Amino acid sequence: MLSYIVRRILQAIPSLIGISIITFVLLHIVPGNPVRILLGQHYTPQRAAALAQSLGLNKPLYMQYLIWLWNILHGNLGYSYNYTEPVTYLIGHALPNTLSLVLIATIFAQLFAMLIGTVQAYFENSIADHVITVLNYFFYSMPSFWLGILMVMFFSIQLHWFPSGGVVNPQDPNPGFWDWLHHLVLPAATLTLVTLAGYSRYMRSSVRETLLMDYIRTARAKGLRESQVLWRHVLRNSILPQITLFGLSFPALFAGALFIEEIFNYPGMGLLYWNAVGTLDYPVLLGVTMFLGALTIIGNLLADILYSLVDPRISLESMS
Amino acid sequence: MVTETQVANSAGEPRVQATKWRTWKRFWRYPLSSIGVIGMVLLFAFCFVGPMLYHVSPTQGDFTALLQPPSAKHPLGTDDAGHDVLARMMVGGQASLEVGFLSAFVAMAFGTLYGMVSALAGGWVDIILMRIVDILLSIPSIFILLFLNATFKPNVGLMIFVLAATSWLGVSRIVRGEVLKIKNETYVEAALLAGVRTWRLMTKYLVPNFIGTVLVTTTFAVADSILSIAGLSFLGLGLPPPAPNWGADLSAAMNYIFQNAWWLIYPPGILILCSQLFVNFIGDGLRHALETRTD
Repeated sequence: MLSYIVRRILQAIPSLIGISIITFVLLHIVPGNPVRILLGQHYTPQRAAALAQSLGLNKPLYMQYLIWLWNILHGNLGYSYNYTEPVTYLIGHALPNTLSLVLIATIFAQLFAMLIGTVQAYFENSIADHVITVLNYFFYSMPSFWLGILMVMFFSIQLHWFPSGGVVNPQDPNPGFWDWLHHLVLPAATLTLVTLAGYSRYMRSSVRETLLMDYIRTARAKGLRESQVLWRHVLRNSILPQITLFGLSFPALFAGALFIEEIFNYPGMGLLYWNAVGTLDYPVLLGVTMFLGALTIIGNLLADILYSLVDPRISLESMS
Repeated sequence: MVTETQVANSAGEPRVQATKWRTWKRFWRYPLSSIGVIGMVLLFAFCFVGPMLYHVSPTQGDFTALLQPPSAKHPLGTDDAGHDVLARMMVGGQASLEVGFLSAFVAMAFGTLYGMVSALAGGWVDIILMRIVDILLSIPSIFILLFLNATFKPNVGLMIFVLAATSWLGVSRIVRGEVLKIKNETYVEAALLAGVRTWRLMTKYLVPNFIGTVLVTTTFAVADSILSIAGLSFLGLGLPPPAPNWGADLSAAMNYIFQNAWWLIYPPGILILCSQLFVNFIGDGLRHALETRTD
């Protein structure tokens, strides 16, 4: 087990270097000059040269990359051009927001998906199954940014139940946990609804497949109560694909979070990246991309480990 | 000596025809497919034929009617600059549909070729090619799209290229898996022994075996592309104004949610939703008809 985890982490290193090279090269080959944007109307060739020198942008590209890599190995992601703060500080503030949004949404989406998918498969071709299928299609096809706007329109502007954006109430001198939760409800609900449909479609088909297995017939034949068949035999076998799906859906979740952060003005990684795009804030763009890449790789690793924990039939050794 | 053509003919052309016919029938029997196809035809008609029948400029404002709810003169109301919403919705979908379909097809063609090359080459080439795919897949594509669109001045051609560049990854993996499965079948070996060229091997022996799976994946990629272009426009990075776009109009409508300007918020959202729904219906119909599994 431990040797497997160590090996997977070692395998992740070339991937991370790959992500960094691709992002670095992509950022620097495109037209657009951060020095020009930073100086704005104060632009003169002398000032531009001085600023480029101080930011290290006048060095050859491979040197810039190596310096950046050297710094990152020392835990230094550089300074943002815009905020003149260390990138690690900016990410340190944004990451908890995005992670709490994504994790809460995923947990709720997975739980509801298990419930909905099981009900659908268990009562296949019933009215409930058809109604849920239609709803699933609807939410599966729903653009997250439109759903977000509708949420604000109904629950924030018309009903005044939840705030329309931000993470804290600016008028509250010491916002606590409840204030934070109050601000998180609408963004998390939006992300839950748009990811739920995909998960529950998977769940429905995997429960359907499990129900046809011989061991289910055996379980019923030996006189187990239906609830026991469902909990012990059907559910435990059907949630396995969901775990892999969870690992694979990380990039999509971050992408979904980007739109939601933009609509709800929620200060997470997406909003940080989005603000850095306009000004070509290279260190922030690189830092955020690296972090999300690393999180995706960790997510996949976690999913594989979880998979083997839940299903003793699968040994990690055989997977690698 | 048995030639390659003879091997192909002995495999039996008529059987392929019969399968095609059966697949076609299965596709149309599936209720969602016809809804999807009819819906998509209507959507195309709305965007491309609509402006020929409804002669109102989407970019010239009516200054006597700013931010007006639907009326006889403006069936879907007007926005803050007096633009007619109905005209904007019609023209606004054109680029989305063009870019959505074309980029998906470019991506699928490239992904199929890439996956086949990877699987056929095997060894180190395969490992490196697939590692590249893994790496690119771990960066959320919207982040790359955002960046590329912010630095280049987007036009339809560039959008097709950029969206295709980020959506070929999944299909290359699927195709590689399929080719690995059939690579050692006897009919492929027979073809190789008969001295078939690589290109012919790909197009005549390999592609027909997994074209169904690729077709299904392509359909869902069309939905993804349409959603991506709407999303990018929503973030202000789609095709530059004044060209109308569903996503950009939705983003502009956000400024008026406090005035409850529902006629600005519903039409673009419903149109994006419909495009997604119809394409997904067609995709599921194809999946059902071709009995493929795409995970």
